[in-house]
Amino acid sequence: MNNNIVIHAHDLTKKFGNFTAVDHISFEVGTGEIFGFLGANGAGKTTAMRMLCGLSHPTSGEASVAGYNVYKQQEQIKKNIGYMSQKFSLYEDLTIVENIQFYGGIYGVKPKEIKERTQILLKKLNIENQAKSLVGSLPLGWKQKLAFSVAIFHEPKIVFLDEPTSGVDPITRRQFWELIYEAGNQGITVFVTTHYMDEAEYCNRISLMVDGKIAAMDTPANLKQQHSADNMGDVFYALARGAKRSE
Amino acid sequence: MNTIEVKDINKSYEKGKVTALKNVSFNVGKGELFGLIGPDGAGKTTIFRLLTTLLIPDSGEAKVLGYDIVKDYKQIRNLVGYMPGKFSLYADLTIEENLNFFATLFGTTIEENYHLIKDIYEQIAPFKKRRAGKLSGGMKQKLALCCALIHKPEVLFLDEPTTGIDPVSRVELWDMLQKLKTEGITILASTPYMDEAVRCDRVALIQEGEILNIDTPDNITGQFNKKLYAIKAGNMYALLKALKQYPETDNSYAFGEYAHVIVNGDVENLKSFLEKQGISGIEVRNTLPTIEDTFIAESYKP
Amino acid sequence: MIKHKIYKQFTAFIRKEFYHVFRDRKTLLIMFVLPVVQILLFGFALTNEVKNARLLIVNPTENAVSGQIISKIKASKYFTVTNVAHNTTDMESYFKSGNIQCALIFPSGFNTTSLKNNTIQIITDGTDPNFSKTVTNYLNAIIGEYLQERSMLQQVPLQINSEVRMLYNPEMNGSMVFIPGVIALIMMIVCCTLTAVAIVREKEFGSMEVLLVSPLKPILVLVAKALPYLVLSIINLIVILLMSRFALGVPIRGSLLLLFAESILFIITCLAFGLVISNSTNSQSAAMLISMMGMLLPTLLFTGFLFPLENMPIGFQWFANIVPARWYFLIVNDVMIKGLSFSGVWKETLVLIGMSVTLLSISMLKFKTRLQ
Repeated sequence: MNNNIVIHAHDLTKKFGNFTAVDHISFEVGTGEIFGFLGANGAGKTTAMRMLCGLSHPTSGEASVAGYNVYKQQEQIKKNIGYMSQKFSLYEDLTIVENIQFYGGIYGVKPKEIKERTQILLKKLNIENQAKSLVGSLPLGWKQKLAFSVAIFHEPKIVFLDEPTSGVDPITRRQFWELIYEAGNQGITVFVTTHYMDEAEYCNRISLMVDGKIAAMDTPANLKQQHSADNMGDVFYALARGAKRSE
Repeated sequence: MNTIEVKDINKSYEKGKVTALKNVSFNVGKGELFGLIGPDGAGKTTIFRLLTTLLIPDSGEAKVLGYDIVKDYKQIRNLVGYMPGKFSLYADLTIEENLNFFATLFGTTIEENYHLIKDIYEQIAPFKKRRAGKLSGGMKQKLALCCALIHKPEVLFLDEPTTGIDPVSRVELWDMLQKLKTEGITILASTPYMDEAVRCDRVALIQEGEILNIDTPDNITGQFNKKLYAIKAGNMYALLKALKQYPETDNSYAFGEYAHVIVNGDVENLKSFLEKQGISGIEVRNTLPTIEDTFIAESYKP
Repeated sequence: MIKHKIYKQFTAFIRKEFYHVFRDRKTLLIMFVLPVVQILLFGFALTNEVKNARLLIVNPTENAVSGQIISKIKASKYFTVTNVAHNTTDMESYFKSGNIQCALIFPSGFNTTSLKNNTIQIITDGTDPNFSKTVTNYLNAIIGEYLQERSMLQQVPLQINSEVRMLYNPEMNGSMVFIPGVIALIMMIVCCTLTAVAIVREKEFGSMEVLLVSPLKPILVLVAKALPYLVLSIINLIVILLMSRFALGVPIRGSLLLLFAESILFIITCLAFGLVISNSTNSQSAAMLISMMGMLLPTLLFTGFLFPLENMPIGFQWFANIVPARWYFLIVNDVMIKGLSFSGVWKETLVLIGMSVTLLSISMLKFKTRLQ
């Protein structure tokens, strides 16, 4: 196996009764790659992501994440990944520092390192003065940036982001993506779902799921060329409009 | 007479501690498709709740169809259709039951105004025995739209109808709104997706409770008076970093595959600067600003 | 024309409410399974009646009298005679191993003709005082009954006999104490909690916004939400009464009509309280919590059906007076068990009417036609 591959899926399948939510998907994601995982509602994105995070058992097929098998080594997988979703990010009734300490603690980061890294993090996000404010009092964009920084606080090999920028203003959204680029640059693989088509173009590579299968997978530039489209929205529309099912 | 008139509205929550709207004014003409474009927390939902008479402003006044939103709330409630941001139908009722309920609630029947919802309803009709909670985001929104339309309202208020649904459904939904416009229905819709602004007749860009700009999408992008370049390179992260270091950069940000840059002086100087920084595969071209570029420019505080 | 429209809106709304109820397994469970379970639980498991107590009989001198007493005990449903012994040697080990729960000891040389050796000893496991007391009473009663029968046959000189009669409940049927309380409890859960949750759910899902921005009068929203629960509660009441009459043998001595009228009054009180809760909360979990703490707990503690009110501190006794269920409990007790007519419960009825009028006014006053 290639050492640079951190996510490997082969014929990964998940069935719920008669319904095949994820239908034999295969792909590989490399170290430091920013991999966009797109698809219509109900295409099977969430199910696929849950299997990779070790939260759901595949029906058949193989997959490994950070070198660990998704069937047997779910605990190791969880130690080596970070996760952030739009719905749940941080505890609103804890301060910024308390949130960081909590997450650092559950991932087993040493107290001394938590302290050091917290200072670096606060400086990077330019929120040193707000360190003791409750997270609930911060603007949405700040929360999302902070949530991302917390998700990679324990220096995971891979971070899974589920629609991280929903509803965030354009400027903060870009600051958020700069953080993603930086993480990629540090060698953290970023696996991201989004509904913003311009954001899809920020990714190194994109896969697009339709009806449980991967309908296309390539760089944004190649995909646009193949479908002679100006932007990813048109590519998405061309590929997904034929989708038969919805949740 | 304008269908919607909003004048100097102020609104705050929690006894004045949280300001939601600051001196908001705008008008929407009859049969217009008007967009409120802005991120979460900008105040879009507050505007909808004020205009649908669910909230009372701290100061200022607003009229819908000539009726005052505070005094004449009963009349307004009879004449408008409203689709709140949150999923607002009954998850445990089927598509058909939901639609029937809302039709009866507004004192009409599905048959009476079927022509209005026909195009939308036909797409979800094959699933009409399915419970609304089991539908996909796009189908839910289509059903919600049917329910808001069934009594043939004169004004339609749609709070973020496309949020959280996939791009295909989004395109379809805007197509539907444009069709409804031809029936003479005035539509006020909001969205956090900047690229959807072009689907509206006129838009108001809104941020932190203040309106930044109101105009047609073309005029708004036309007001962008700086030269905008799109730059591409092998490593996006390195490119963005280098652009920020360049002293003549006015503003720079990622935009799809490219970085958008507003730069003082000759762009060739920037190019050589980037090369010196070790950036490879540089490609520079002129580009036309989008609504998003305008929004960034107007809300950018260096 | 307009009236016709309102009627249609209203019925459509009520139909929708019934859909909600019948499609939500949890609501159905609370609505129809919980009452049955509670009735069975209180009726059979949690009564202070004792059945089939395991009894050791020590009978060193067998004669006709002891034989007759023993067969009388054996015939009673309250006791199972596990052992009959001649001495008390093994008694303690039987108690310790749990083989027996009580023992009846005839003295050595037992006879009824002399004044000596005529004392029968009853030994019970004192770690459960309630049990001991009940068992002792039963045994005393059985022996007393035997003596009475015998004295009537033999015309012995005049004796003084005490006779105990438990008024209204001569069979000491434990269910009688609980049924009125259980009815109050169930009405409370169904009417108050479910109504509050049903309304708050509309707020949580955002559909309340749409309902408010509709031509339907806001007050009709409340009425339409409450009405299905009123109907379902009455059905529930019928089920409970049928069960208590035929499964637990609790009689309905008073007027059934009066009982229903009083129950509907109590249901309205509960609904009104549910409406007040729904007006002041925005989340289902909060509504649930408030109705549990604010209604269910006081109903359990302060109606007097689990814990006698007379034994409580005076402050608690005062507090009990503002718990609606307390008054309803008294009414049901009076009408159902004692068979009183309206003249016997008019004071309690008046209190309940006062409470529901107050609660309904509060909920109407607090009801908002807007979000804030």
